[in-house]
Amino acid sequence: MARKLNLRIWRGDSTSGALQDVQVDVNEGEVVLDVIHRVQATQMGDLAVRWNCKAGKCGSCSMEINGKPRLACMTQVAAYPEGETITVTPLRTFPVIKDLVTDVSFNYKKAMEIPAYAPPADLAPGEARMQQVDVERSQEFRKCIECFLCQNVCHVIRDHEENKKSFAGPRFFIRIAELDMHPLDILKNRKKTAQEEHGLGMCNITKCCTEVCPEHIRITDNAIIPMKERVVDVKYDPARWLGSKIRRREGI
Amino acid sequence: MTLERHNYDVLVIGAGGAGLRAAVEAREAGLRVAIICKSLFGKAHTVMAEGGAAASMGNVNDNDNWMVHFRDTMRGGKFLNHYRMAELHAKEAPDRIWELEVWGALFDRTKEGKISQRNFGGHEYPRLAHVGDRTGLELIRTMQQRIVALQQQDGRDFGDMESHIKVFAELTITDILKENGKVSGAYGYWRESGSEVLFEAPAVIIATGGVGKTFKITSNSWEGTGDGHALALKAGANLVDMEFLQFHPTGMVWPPSVRGILVTESVRGEGGVLTNINGERFMFNYIPEVFKKMYADNPEEADRWYTDQDNNRRPPELLPRDEVARAINSEVKAGRGTEHGGVFLDVSKRLSAEVIKKRLPSMWHQFYELAGVDITKEPMEVGPTCHYVMGGVEVEPDTAAAIGVPGLFAAGEVAGGMHGSNRLGGNSLTDLLVFGRRAGAGAAEYVKSSGKNPVSEGAINAAAAKIQAPFDRQGGENSYSLHAELQEITHNLVGIIRTGAELDEAIKKIAEIRKRSANVSVSGGRVFNPGFHLAFDLDNMLLVAESTAKSAIKREESRGGHTRDDFPGMNNKWRQINHISTFDGTQVIVREQALPPLPKELFDLFDVHELEKYMTPEEIAKGGSN
Amino acid sequence: MSGVFSPTRAKIKERTLRTDKWWLQPLLTFGVLFSFIIYATFRAFENDNYFTEPLISPFYSPCLSEACVPGSTLFGWTPVSAQIFNFALSPALIILIFPLGFRMTCYYYRKAYYRAFWLSPPACAVAEPHETYSGETKAPLILQNAHRWFFYAGLVFNVFLTYDAIISFKSEDGQWGHMSVGSLVLLISSSLLWFYSLSCHTCRHTVGGRLKHFSKHPIRYKLWTWVSILNHKHQQFAWYSLAAVAFADIYVRQVASGAWTNFYFF
Repeated sequence: MARKLNLRIWRGDSTSGALQDVQVDVNEGEVVLDVIHRVQATQMGDLAVRWNCKAGKCGSCSMEINGKPRLACMTQVAAYPEGETITVTPLRTFPVIKDLVTDVSFNYKKAMEIPAYAPPADLAPGEARMQQVDVERSQEFRKCIECFLCQNVCHVIRDHEENKKSFAGPRFFIRIAELDMHPLDILKNRKKTAQEEHGLGMCNITKCCTEVCPEHIRITDNAIIPMKERVVDVKYDPARWLGSKIRRREGI
Repeated sequence: MTLERHNYDVLVIGAGGAGLRAAVEAREAGLRVAIICKSLFGKAHTVMAEGGAAASMGNVNDNDNWMVHFRDTMRGGKFLNHYRMAELHAKEAPDRIWELEVWGALFDRTKEGKISQRNFGGHEYPRLAHVGDRTGLELIRTMQQRIVALQQQDGRDFGDMESHIKVFAELTITDILKENGKVSGAYGYWRESGSEVLFEAPAVIIATGGVGKTFKITSNSWEGTGDGHALALKAGANLVDMEFLQFHPTGMVWPPSVRGILVTESVRGEGGVLTNINGERFMFNYIPEVFKKMYADNPEEADRWYTDQDNNRRPPELLPRDEVARAINSEVKAGRGTEHGGVFLDVSKRLSAEVIKKRLPSMWHQFYELAGVDITKEPMEVGPTCHYVMGGVEVEPDTAAAIGVPGLFAAGEVAGGMHGSNRLGGNSLTDLLVFGRRAGAGAAEYVKSSGKNPVSEGAINAAAAKIQAPFDRQGGENSYSLHAELQEITHNLVGIIRTGAELDEAIKKIAEIRKRSANVSVSGGRVFNPGFHLAFDLDNMLLVAESTAKSAIKREESRGGHTRDDFPGMNNKWRQINHISTFDGTQVIVREQALPPLPKELFDLFDVHELEKYMTPEEIAKGGSN
Repeated sequence: MSGVFSPTRAKIKERTLRTDKWWLQPLLTFGVLFSFIIYATFRAFENDNYFTEPLISPFYSPCLSEACVPGSTLFGWTPVSAQIFNFALSPALIILIFPLGFRMTCYYYRKAYYRAFWLSPPACAVAEPHETYSGETKAPLILQNAHRWFFYAGLVFNVFLTYDAIISFKSEDGQWGHMSVGSLVLLISSSLLWFYSLSCHTCRHTVGGRLKHFSKHPIRYKLWTWVSILNHKHQQFAWYSLAAVAFADIYVRQVASGAWTNFYFF
């Protein structure tokens, strides 16, 4: 049943670090997080790894496995050919704290910058009426488990530290899209601020966020591109801009 | 090195549904609030809740109201619930759900555009507000976003978004501090750096959730180590009825690495059928006498119920969780289980693949990616998993104030009483909201009348010494192996079926591990060192396990989440008794305490013949306490 | 150093630790797109072999220049002069601006060429070579926002090309009711162009995506769900239609130059 797995784990902190090789037992059906836990319990008692639910629902165990951003709890060891060394490193977009744990506070700061849901002031609890078809688009984005793999893989900040201040990242573009498509949200300027303050225009839709999303949210097709189109409506389409001045159209 | 100090009005330990709802309430009362989470903000175990939040809004069946919900809750808990908590919960749950909607939650809708509600075990009407099968995620995200909204408001009003609510993520509290018999704050360490932190606050709300990690097979994450239960015990509070643990009937059983992970009850609510290895739909053989009237005794009627609920009785797959868990346990023990020690749960025969993917998306995902099973085509293999602790901190129902410790409050899973001997599915999420809010309000009220209570140097030094201790020891015990030993003991001796002799053995063994745990040593430094973190969690789990075993050995009956092989069957005498655990500094002591009787207006909500099954003739004759 | 080599990040010297063939996809994209560009440029300047009864190459349709060979024009309408500043202007040049603009600003092709040509990024979690990056916020890339205008133009061209496909069901001497390999080629290429246009993200936005309340617009919601289904396959339609148009041009060129015979089924 059990076989030996060669694992290379990045160990270190913000000042230095290196990949270390270990051999560890692996059983049928195990995921990479199981193996890391076994290393922790038997060989490296102080190996730092962040995890929580171990069922792909909380988005804590984000790391890079063979260079790809993944949830360790949803990555089957059996997905890699037997005999192949599996390399695990921390996320490479955020500051490293120790071993596989990074400082993801960037994302929480960005979350605080997105204007909150704004329902009509006179909406009493229990009075909201929304049709299922009207909430479905936003519901897709609310599946987000905040693993921040999309933020990590996005080259806008992964490859350009200086863009972090002006770019909210895919996770928050879906938040903006969620609110802009929310049937009861009445805040008017989400499209404009998405472009002018949260860096929507920085996105060059190369779709890596969608590729890594463990919840299979179609971030680019269903959130970012629709938001870019909505931005065109209010900023770059003179005909539509004029139309919106003349008669108030829905969705603008 | 100077100690990091923070000063707040209210300290909330735990950032799940209850903690966040409490924080919102305290903030809205004008107070400054600190929220402590052991993991990252928004990762709390609440995200795992799948099925929904029970509230008698009556959107799908307008016969529903708080009284029906109250009755269901009491029945589910086998009438051991604190009546007042069950009453408040049933009355306030709809408001708490509607409030979430005002804060941006997007529940699934009915045709009229109202919040849709689904069926669930033990609930008479469709009652669970839900979003597919990820309701817990919706709840916690909504609360998290509500906190951000309040912070943005504070940013506009005070120029600092964190002036009134600040989240301290990845921080563990090791002690609740008291001065002059009242709460004065809490002490802990940053998990990241290992450096210590002092919080001065006259009110502390414990909302730390459950204890599942005490057991080997559990649906709980690493956070469920009973921290709040232990902190409260050590601070002088009481735990009530710790023998009652809910084993969720359907956890995954294969592959081994996912053993215990939850399979939502909605699978059965949507029509999932339980069968043994012989293909027999065995639940019909396990309908207890008290439920015979409400549950179908043949497959035809059970199947009809899904389309016509008014004229048919419910399928027995929807019996309360303890019944289903015991039934599965019995089938497996009788040799009718699968090769991996579970039974089959099949939804593929009743629903089309699209409907399954739409209504149970995360279940489909979970089985497909973790077990390689396509639930639209094949049955799932399931078995019981330790899911929820009904027991917990004894509180005043109206304020959630912990009894015996002024300034201490508890809400959510860590509080006891609300669910009696067994919790109904769906009641947990609304419990978090109803009592989270009440704890926040209770704490705010308390702080306004009591004022500050500064922490003394002596208390700080004692708390600091405790954190340093495992680093100073050399070559002592390994906390990982002690934890594994404890889980083995609880699993084998304090599990789903118990006997006096085994409990006795468990108590002795737990005491032994406790002795050895005093000698745990930690290798490596303080920075994000999981071995060091586990050393503290282990201490908490040992206290919880001791309290559970000692309460369990005393209760000589089987009721809800407590099954004694040597005392099968309920005993109405025991229904009148709560077990109260206290800690004397060296060990847990359990004593009996009378359960508050039902007042007349609540007594009268029931058919007296139903009550006769649970109550003694004297209680029935009295007809309520007033 | 910036990016993954920034001072606070984990000290890992490799630009990527990916072990799969991540470079294959951008390489293929580059190869195919580059070949198309070379071929299209050659054909645009060739100014010959684009028409033979009843087939016209999609690169030269609608032929609106005075320079167009007889019979290839749209009802004889030739508003564009054959020369600009004494420079012989191939009719293809004024036409290709539009479909090319549509494809250049297409949300799918943007992904493809940003990755394959500009390496920004070459593949996911592979560090890109550029020092700075401003995305589509500045000129010239801010012009990508003009995609919808090219989409509208593309629709007009689709009408012309569909017309071309229909008249290709004639014999070489103008009799209706015949069908050749050429008619099939033009029919397939114009149909795929429709699929490509209708599956486009701008189309999805226009027909219903921009609405906040689908429930109040049931017909547009229906349209949106259809376009959404097509939109899933936008990438495939982008490649299929590109290949089909290129082949249609090759086919017409070969027939017009006499290299191939346009085989008639009936």
